[in-house]
Amino acid sequence: MTNKLITPTRRTVLTGMAAGGALLATGLTPRFAQAQSSEPIKLGFQLHRTGIGAAYGRWYERTATAALKVVNDAGGINGRPVEILFEDDGTDPARGAEVFGKLATQSNCDLVFGALFSHVVIGTAPRAAELKVPYLVCSEGHHVASGMLNRWTLQPGITDVKSQVQGMAPFVTQNLGKKVAMIFPDFAFGHDHRDYFSAAVAAQGGEVIAQIAIPPTETTFTRYFPQIPAETEVIYHVMVGPAVLTFVKELGEFYGTGARPQLFGFMDSLEAVDIASPGLEFLDGSHFWEAHPRYKQADASEAETFYRTAVGVDDNGAAANDPADVATYSHMFSTWETLFIIKAAMEASGYQGAADRQKFVEALEAMTDFAEGAEHPQGAKTFNGKTHQAFGIQSISKVEGGKLVRVHQTTLEDGQYPDEVDYTTQSF
Amino acid sequence: MIDRRALFLHLAVLAALLAALPMLAAYHVTNIAKIMVLAVYAMGYNIAFGYTGLLSLGHAMFFAAGLYAAGMGISLFGLSAAGALVLGPVAGGLAATLVGLLALRTAGVAFMIVTLMFAQAGYLTILYFVKYTRGDEGIVIARAARAIGSVDLSADTPRYLLAFGIFALALLLNLALVRSPFGRIMVAMRENEARSRMLGYNPYTVKLTALAVSGVYAGAAGAAYAVVFGYVGASLASVQYSILPLLYVLLGGAGTVLGPFLGALLMFYLIDYASSATSAYLFIVGAALILLVLFAPKGILGTLRERHARWLP
Repeated sequence: MTNKLITPTRRTVLTGMAAGGALLATGLTPRFAQAQSSEPIKLGFQLHRTGIGAAYGRWYERTATAALKVVNDAGGINGRPVEILFEDDGTDPARGAEVFGKLATQSNCDLVFGALFSHVVIGTAPRAAELKVPYLVCSEGHHVASGMLNRWTLQPGITDVKSQVQGMAPFVTQNLGKKVAMIFPDFAFGHDHRDYFSAAVAAQGGEVIAQIAIPPTETTFTRYFPQIPAETEVIYHVMVGPAVLTFVKELGEFYGTGARPQLFGFMDSLEAVDIASPGLEFLDGSHFWEAHPRYKQADASEAETFYRTAVGVDDNGAAANDPADVATYSHMFSTWETLFIIKAAMEASGYQGAADRQKFVEALEAMTDFAEGAEHPQGAKTFNGKTHQAFGIQSISKVEGGKLVRVHQTTLEDGQYPDEVDYTTQSF
Repeated sequence: MIDRRALFLHLAVLAALLAALPMLAAYHVTNIAKIMVLAVYAMGYNIAFGYTGLLSLGHAMFFAAGLYAAGMGISLFGLSAAGALVLGPVAGGLAATLVGLLALRTAGVAFMIVTLMFAQAGYLTILYFVKYTRGDEGIVIARAARAIGSVDLSADTPRYLLAFGIFALALLLNLALVRSPFGRIMVAMRENEARSRMLGYNPYTVKLTALAVSGVYAGAAGAAYAVVFGYVGASLASVQYSILPLLYVLLGGAGTVLGPFLGALLMFYLIDYASSATSAYLFIVGAALILLVLFAPKGILGTLRERHARWLP
């Protein structure tokens, strides 16, 4: 450390300066040197350990740690061991950007991955571009493929919501009904569903006959249910957060034992929630989208079995050592798969250190397919290097006897849509 | 008349912040820039709360007014970064004036609740008009728009210098304000409103003016946040952002000019270090605040002023 700080000021002033003292105590450290190639590859993980995303964060950490063990047991990346440094972002966009900076510039991570919540991703992405550090998100938001982010931000490990919705709309219209009433939270996540699903249903010859937006502060839903038109054939619901249980219970009370429309929900509603919870009986016979079936299916592949064991999840989708600790199974595979994509891209680019970050992004942009297997247990995917977005298969499951049984699987083609951006034309 | 020691101290703090720039690691350059922006916000809060005695829980609305005026001005109307930095304080001051016109009919706990309700209404408005605000997800300010002339404000050094410039201006104006006759009247309102009224001062106009100035500071900080950090989102308008400046001010010292900066600095790094060590970091923050209330209820600089440096403004 140099002593420049003292030079321009009088000693008498400096001694009385609490703020300056705090500065010295907190941060006057020299800039770090570049990591040497013999050192471990350090991957930063922006973790929702606290805040609204904590249930996801807990499982994202376990999954990434399990994947890390597999990678290191197989020799690491480019022959170097790999470390993951987890930093809690509080599921907050402002803190997310700070944590990204901390991982990239203070911990000298080669890249950062792992964020799920859209607002954290969107709040952090500008920092990734400023620092020119790859940011691989596991978010399923459409924000990457929509073009609103930047060249350093990619989503190779999970399909985005626009593709998911488009992929499953044909099943809904062909098997459950063509007249759909949508119930969704009145903020960006719900609006994405409203817009993409309405368009996808219309493309299939169906019609969304009611769009019922629930204000985000609402705690009871009974007064909204009379807005569901009598001719409704399918109710599409995407409520999230603790209110889900109330929502389902009140919907059950509204219809009672009489006839009700078909129900189709998004698994986000029930991630980390036991489907056999009291009050959820009304869901029996209803359908859910799942990216990755929570309950082990009869035809589960060897790779799926290996993955499930490695991350410590039992056949019912709960922690192997605690049946009450239900996994966020439809999302957490993305951290596993993203780590293996990082490995592949680093090896393809001959990654040695921070100076090769751009080559890493270019190598990833050049990738097109990820085959199903131990590295991609959720299924095969295509990757669009222009839009920085992966596209995978989706599952539709039916609740039968308190378990989710897959009844349909989409194809990779079902979820494709025209490119909305070409990040490869943007400069680094 | 500003005490020479006070002026010298504040200039020395500014000099230290400027001198620190080349010595700070990249991570801390961004952090200190953010702390300076948040300190401007807290300074504004301090003008209302620390000097005038207005305990508001609605300042997030004024911060958000500047934030969204800048962010939406740039993203929807092609406003320049410099224009956004001017528009922000205007929006913050306007929002504070409008809220003040109604909320200042109340006092004490009622004022706190009314301002909280206004801020919550503002927050929900942002969520509701998602087409323009992008709601909870927020808006990314394009990097090309984050520039003044050819200076790229997304780079570490210009970012720090802009934040420093705004902070320095805000700090010196704050110092001048609290040592001015009007500053004395603000304090008089805080200490004894009835006696101030008897002396011929109108509490309503004094408080409204103080709240408007407070809003200008909050709006300036909001606009600076949008331009300097490139993100505008509803979480920055949530009740948490009304409470944060209160905590900064309480920690650093209510009614002291440097208190908001000191509070923001210490709180930021307390959270930063504690969150690396434990997921229960908010418990540590809470414990620190309880200790503060028990042993230094006037905050760090408030206690220092009481015991050792009565000249501290």
